[in-house]
Amino acid sequence: MRLEPRTETTLVRAVLMPCLAILVTLIIAGILVMLADASPLQAFSLVLKGAAGSQFAILETLTRATPLIFTGLSVAVAFRAKLWNIGAEAQLYIGAVLTVIIGTQTLGLPPVILIALMMIISMIGGSIMLYGPALLKTRFGVDEVVTTLLLNFITLLFVSLLLEGVLKDPMGLGWPQTETVNGEARLPRLVQGKRLHFGFVIALFSSIVVWVIMARTVLGYEMRAVGHNIVAARFSGISVNKVLLKTAVISGGLAALAGFSEVAGTKGNLTLDLSPGFGYTGIVVAMLALLHPIGVVFSAVFIAGVFVGADAMGRATGVPSFIADVIVAISLMTMVVAIMLTKFRVRFA
Amino acid sequence: MISNKIEERRDLALRLTRITKRFGTLTANDNVDLSLHEGEVVALLGENGAGKTTLMNILFGHYLADQGEIEVFGKSIPKGDPRAALDSGIGMVHQHFALVEEMNVLENIVLGTENLLAIKSQKNTAREKIRDLSSSVGLDVNPDAIVGSLSVGEKQRVEILKALYRGARILILDEPTAVLTPFEAEKLFATLKVLVSDGLSAIFISHKLNEAMEISDRVVVLRKGRVVGEKITRDSNPEELSSLMVGAEIEAPDISDPVLGEVALELENISTSIPEMRINLRKVSLRLNCGKITGLAGVSGNGQAALASLISGTTQVKEGTMRIFGEIPERWSPKVAISKSIARIPEDRLHTGMIGDMSVVENIISEKYWTDRFSRFGFLTRQASEDFSREVIKNYDVKCPSIETPVRLLSGGNIQKLILGRVLDESPLIILANQPTRGLDVGAVAYVHSQLLKARDRGAAILLISDDLEEILQLSDRISVISNGRLSKITRRGELGVKELGALMTRHVPSSERLNDAA
Repeated sequence: MRLEPRTETTLVRAVLMPCLAILVTLIIAGILVMLADASPLQAFSLVLKGAAGSQFAILETLTRATPLIFTGLSVAVAFRAKLWNIGAEAQLYIGAVLTVIIGTQTLGLPPVILIALMMIISMIGGSIMLYGPALLKTRFGVDEVVTTLLLNFITLLFVSLLLEGVLKDPMGLGWPQTETVNGEARLPRLVQGKRLHFGFVIALFSSIVVWVIMARTVLGYEMRAVGHNIVAARFSGISVNKVLLKTAVISGGLAALAGFSEVAGTKGNLTLDLSPGFGYTGIVVAMLALLHPIGVVFSAVFIAGVFVGADAMGRATGVPSFIADVIVAISLMTMVVAIMLTKFRVRFA
Repeated sequence: MISNKIEERRDLALRLTRITKRFGTLTANDNVDLSLHEGEVVALLGENGAGKTTLMNILFGHYLADQGEIEVFGKSIPKGDPRAALDSGIGMVHQHFALVEEMNVLENIVLGTENLLAIKSQKNTAREKIRDLSSSVGLDVNPDAIVGSLSVGEKQRVEILKALYRGARILILDEPTAVLTPFEAEKLFATLKVLVSDGLSAIFISHKLNEAMEISDRVVVLRKGRVVGEKITRDSNPEELSSLMVGAEIEAPDISDPVLGEVALELENISTSIPEMRINLRKVSLRLNCGKITGLAGVSGNGQAALASLISGTTQVKEGTMRIFGEIPERWSPKVAISKSIARIPEDRLHTGMIGDMSVVENIISEKYWTDRFSRFGFLTRQASEDFSREVIKNYDVKCPSIETPVRLLSGGNIQKLILGRVLDESPLIILANQPTRGLDVGAVAYVHSQLLKARDRGAAILLISDDLEEILQLSDRISVISNGRLSKITRRGELGVKELGALMTRHVPSSERLNDAA
């Protein structure tokens, strides 16, 4: 068996292949559901219902998608320039810490200014978190995969230290959590009485901004050039190191916004389980979206839907909700294969 | 029938009948017939994009032909099955070698033919077999040498041995001399002649006419996917073949008396120390005058890369001075080089000159995207870059489906034309042409040459670096030879002949007074 490159891809194939990928994912996941003594059809319809079957379900899915859009964008930007940012989780937590610190102060600022301030400060924090590894990469050739990955663990321990120390809520009955941010520091809800908040709008807006940067600006051009061919980029006069550092600033800032929006929008305070791995899932989101900023929104909503739906299905059927992780993992693999098949033809010898 | 005589005498080794292959709207092969007899060498000539490589890929089952038959030694082989081609006795030596650098010669040859677990036990038998093969055909390679440490010529010998080891009776060589020095190429030809006299048949893919004339019994010329001519080599001549290839007579570029000009670029006792280069420049002095082409001859790997990198702006001067129109640049980078009106035609056009995954329009602006012409307030102005791309495509006769096509899908000649269009825009005063025609077909070569001469006639100072001594002799007003990081004395056109230059090229320990002298 071997692959033969296609010189052209029809639109039908470009649409059909991803649909086929989803079908294959469902079949494989269905077998696993059967092994857990449940009916796949029933389980999937419950997943669908749980993810999009009611107004509540849809809003819940979008709430869950919000941080994934931010981390997905963060990864998409960095990977496009071949800066392997595995540390979105760390940047997210730093953003969250800074948001909590500002949000719990009595500053007397109007809410709009206060929220803008929290956003900016947390973005700066996230940027610095990635700037360091990028600097080490450009100056000394240190592998950023290692540094950013390790920073995740360092940052979690650092946050844990804060939660047990200076940031610990005195009224928290000893739980490792911070105080809740002030009312004016909370993002407004989009629907009265539901969890979906203004962070989702910021996320959508960010994806458009990122798309414009990547497709239409000089910086985006440089980032793509560096990512596709670093030798040619350098030869044509692009200062590769500067571009990588700028990429780090943007990518780190985007990941920090996930932390900001989770604290100011969803949770109100900071605990160690603020993120169930949004930073890592962001990698999957970005890859599924083929690093396209607008695609990130769709893949984030898809993945959030699978998680939210699987939770609901798990409660009803007794199938462990870990099936969500399995579905997401399989869908990534099938999608990668599907994309390959739009570019190559398989020949069986 | 053209080759009646041969056909009577020998059996058919290979026959391709009416092969047709379409890629979308493009017809890469159009009813191509090709036959090869035992003990015969057929040269497959054609410009880039003429369909030579597609045809060979079909023969090897990498592509599935839309129509046509393949017969090997009288038996038709199934389409789209690489294994079948190999089993029937066809061996291919690719332009880019398919060798594992970290393994030794023996392992590379055996790889894929024997059971992996059995390799160890059969090593000695295999070694014997390889020794026998290599001594009988004069391909001497040490079976225990690590492939990564071999020269390009030796690697090619390993590839040929690999094919023979697998019992190939038909050898296909894809542009085999593109990577070789003239000396190595001659050695290859000698080997081929031995092999052929033993009954092997060969298809020699090339666009170099003189090589085809030298090695082949018969020449098949492809143009735009069709066979446009089939000639017995000894009854033909290069002029006839080249006009068949390009469809019209090509005239040799006319070198008019160059106008003497001021010194554009001056290197004075320059040394470099680039860690990743095997040979750095050592006290090199060179002057490029306006209105002159300075040719730099040399066997590749003697410091040409360091010199090109220095002038391109990707390397800093370690010792010595570089002046551009009398000024010593404060900082030195690709951007500064471009701003000093240096046009850079890089050696590796696809990997250094272009970003293959990006579109024609994005590549065409890659040296100037940041200027006011192509961007405003940090945003790219699409209109300007699209206009510029269309202009280049038109003026330089680039064949590409659209300006949004990724550059990697274009042929080598078209990529080189795009690079010319990019760098020659705004009439640069200094032009660095590093292997500007390597791997190009006759038509594209003539085109590149005419563009360089045109630039010279309007007063540009040109440095032409080339492995192809003929090209240097044909174009240069002045010639210098680089050897082991040092330059020879600059000579005027016609002062030294091929023999003298060849001697300078291959002399590795130059006497310091003779070489290494300022012009």
